[in-house]
Amino acid sequence: MLAAVLVTAVSVLPILVVLANALGQGWSEAVADVVRPRVGELLRNTVSLMVLATAACAVLGVGCAWLVERTGLPGAGWWRVLLVAPLAVPAFVNAYAWVSLRPAMTGLGGAVLITTLSYFPLVFLPVSAALRGLDRSWEDTARSLGLGRWRTFARIVLPQLRPAVLGGCLLVALHLLAEFGVLAMLRFPTFTTAILDQYEAAFDTGTGSVLAVVLVLLCVAVLTVEHVWRGRRGHARIGAGVVRRSEAAALGRWLAPSLLALAVLVALALGVPAYSLGHWLAAPGATVDGSGLASALAATIGLALAAAVLACVAAFPVALLLRRRQTLFTATVERLCYLASSLPGVVVGLALVMLAIRWATGLYQSATLLVIAYAILFLPRALVAIRTALDQAPGGLIESARALGDSPARAVARVVVPLASPGILTALALVFMATTTELTATLLLAPTGTHTLATGFWAASSSLDYGAAAPYAVAMVLLSAPMTWLLLRQRAVVA
Amino acid sequence: MIRRLVPAALAVAALTAACGTGDELPQLDPDKLTVYSAQHENLVDAWVKGFTADTGIEVQVRQGKDSSMGNQIVTEGARSPADVFLTENSPAITVVQNADLLAPVDQTTLDQVDPAFRPSNGRWTGIAARSTVLVYNPSLVSKADLPASMMDLAEPEYAGKWGAAPAGADFQAIVAGMLETKGEPATSAWLAGLKKNAKVYQNNIATMKAVNAGEVPMGVMYHYYWYRDQALTQEGSKNTELHYFRNEDVGAFVSVSGGGVLASSKHAADAQKFLAWITSPKGQAVIAASTSMEYAVGQDQPSDAALPPLAALESPTVDPFALDGPAVIELMTQAGII
Repeated sequence: MLAAVLVTAVSVLPILVVLANALGQGWSEAVADVVRPRVGELLRNTVSLMVLATAACAVLGVGCAWLVERTGLPGAGWWRVLLVAPLAVPAFVNAYAWVSLRPAMTGLGGAVLITTLSYFPLVFLPVSAALRGLDRSWEDTARSLGLGRWRTFARIVLPQLRPAVLGGCLLVALHLLAEFGVLAMLRFPTFTTAILDQYEAAFDTGTGSVLAVVLVLLCVAVLTVEHVWRGRRGHARIGAGVVRRSEAAALGRWLAPSLLALAVLVALALGVPAYSLGHWLAAPGATVDGSGLASALAATIGLALAAAVLACVAAFPVALLLRRRQTLFTATVERLCYLASSLPGVVVGLALVMLAIRWATGLYQSATLLVIAYAILFLPRALVAIRTALDQAPGGLIESARALGDSPARAVARVVVPLASPGILTALALVFMATTTELTATLLLAPTGTHTLATGFWAASSSLDYGAAAPYAVAMVLLSAPMTWLLLRQRAVVA
Repeated sequence: MIRRLVPAALAVAALTAACGTGDELPQLDPDKLTVYSAQHENLVDAWVKGFTADTGIEVQVRQGKDSSMGNQIVTEGARSPADVFLTENSPAITVVQNADLLAPVDQTTLDQVDPAFRPSNGRWTGIAARSTVLVYNPSLVSKADLPASMMDLAEPEYAGKWGAAPAGADFQAIVAGMLETKGEPATSAWLAGLKKNAKVYQNNIATMKAVNAGEVPMGVMYHYYWYRDQALTQEGSKNTELHYFRNEDVGAFVSVSGGGVLASSKHAADAQKFLAWITSPKGQAVIAASTSMEYAVGQDQPSDAALPPLAALESPTVDPFALDGPAVIELMTQAGII
């Protein structure tokens, strides 16, 4: 309990620091920083990108999930893998792939295209899992009561998919608010890029912090909208009977267009990055700086392992706490953890720099601080996986262990940890992979002389040295590739 | 079985992680000379190698960007781990100087540098210089139609015709020169014109490549990106030419890169030696040898032969030591550019 509160407190710290710094320059200054045309422009850009790309992801994600799970699509299993695989290509690598071939692809249009191609699997995965879990008997009942095929879909299937669609869209929207690499490459300024501009221009000005506070408020708004839309309606089934899988709809003359559409989507989301990376790797005069790449790889793996372990250790007490009966207290802890972690990396990075430089000089510019930032950013990934895993260990077992004389810690170690171990490994892997491609917090917090794959890639690609950037991009894709496999295995977790 | 394996696996992972962070990540070594550098990495690497070879003094470099690094040192204050600070442009080091964090530079070092490229107070010294240029694509704009002054780029006829990287310290130094010579109202008006007219790029290289690719006819940047690309593959500049505004125009601004020793340095003697080495004939020759294509600022020190001589650039008489970086950032923030 105490540990859980501590973890939550550390998670929330960045928000408090940024808020204090924003208001520290005085209320009227802060207001003047917000009420100006530039903020209006950033707001318009940020919101239009978020709305358009999230909507596009929702349409693509639901459409693909329907085709794969509920129709007689040939090779559905393969399509499922191909439609999750874009997650292995970090969005900024995807942007690099496109922009290095078509430099004119900039602005809102390009940003929507690239972020949609990168993030639609975040909707596809949970919706596809939800579709597989649906019980056909409800639809049969609806049909027997006289509803047509389409009205059955609209009134029975869609409402059941709502949590999955909303959950996926929430993830997409939060990713978009935090996105930096793609938008910097496509010259489309949003709050995140503007905060980094301010940081570059003046280190820790109040203006940057004020922009960060606005960005935090946008995150809160997105979380609130999702919470309200999700509503309180449950779709539980009484009785634990066998779920009857729905019959596959025949595609008929829609088969060819459907296959073509999926093929085009996969070609755009996977084919273009693959072609582009191959092109730049094979480009004449492309020399691979082997030692630079090797040291970046070693640093990345070291940091990512440390971050994964720290995030899981931190997530454990919180997950244990959340297993208890829901109270206002546990609900608050949960929300706070998720809120802190829905913050863009730039905000967490900026806050930790400001914190360390003033009050924790020992941590300043240390790898430890960077690892703490990663743990704060990716705590929810660990939390989700570990919570699911803990559900495998019913509370009664802990109580039995306690009753048989184990101390609380020993009960957890002997009963919970072994039962939850697959989930813990998943949590480790999820945080590890997220860390390997983190850019913005790393840019701000990396210790002197440390390059990670992401910052090495960024240094090369922002001077448009595409050939030099390619090996870093390939290394990141390879490290992220197991993600596809893990997510396919853990579909329920993501849903 | 799995009961035992999993905690063991976790322990191994944790240990590997601990070792990984311990061994692989270079931490700041308090015994080495620490250089905070916003200068180009290849130039500083060449300087550091030469210096260590000659003196045996080991150096570690923290790479950053002008303004953020200058302000970072100010925020770090007396606790800053930095011994030496090298910038690309003078405003960033002036920020540190104004916070009274710089120690006086040794007179013998100052004497090596052309007096035009060092402040009279001797708190820091010029280490290299660069000139503003207009890069243009002759297939999109003819030489005759180029603006006579950089100030003209704010006029409506140049809407969408030029690019720049205003978020970078390079461009901000150019604007600081304008602020110094033309005053605040004219600079604000020009920045408003920039906001309307200019295409914004990530950095100078992106600007140049956009001009080269025909995305935009002209771009404001520093000279050496072009000469460096010309000396190498010409991939990013073969369709472009350079236009020098000359005539003491704000667009002929020459920016001084600065070097200084932190007053809080615990290796002050070594730090002074480093500064002395990079401004010595040997150190200044590295600028030409490293193909950085920046100008040398040592007394009678030649720059790369491909460059037009500094004296021929007819740059405006700006006191580079009075340039006010924070004021420029304030004006650019007001203009909605950053």
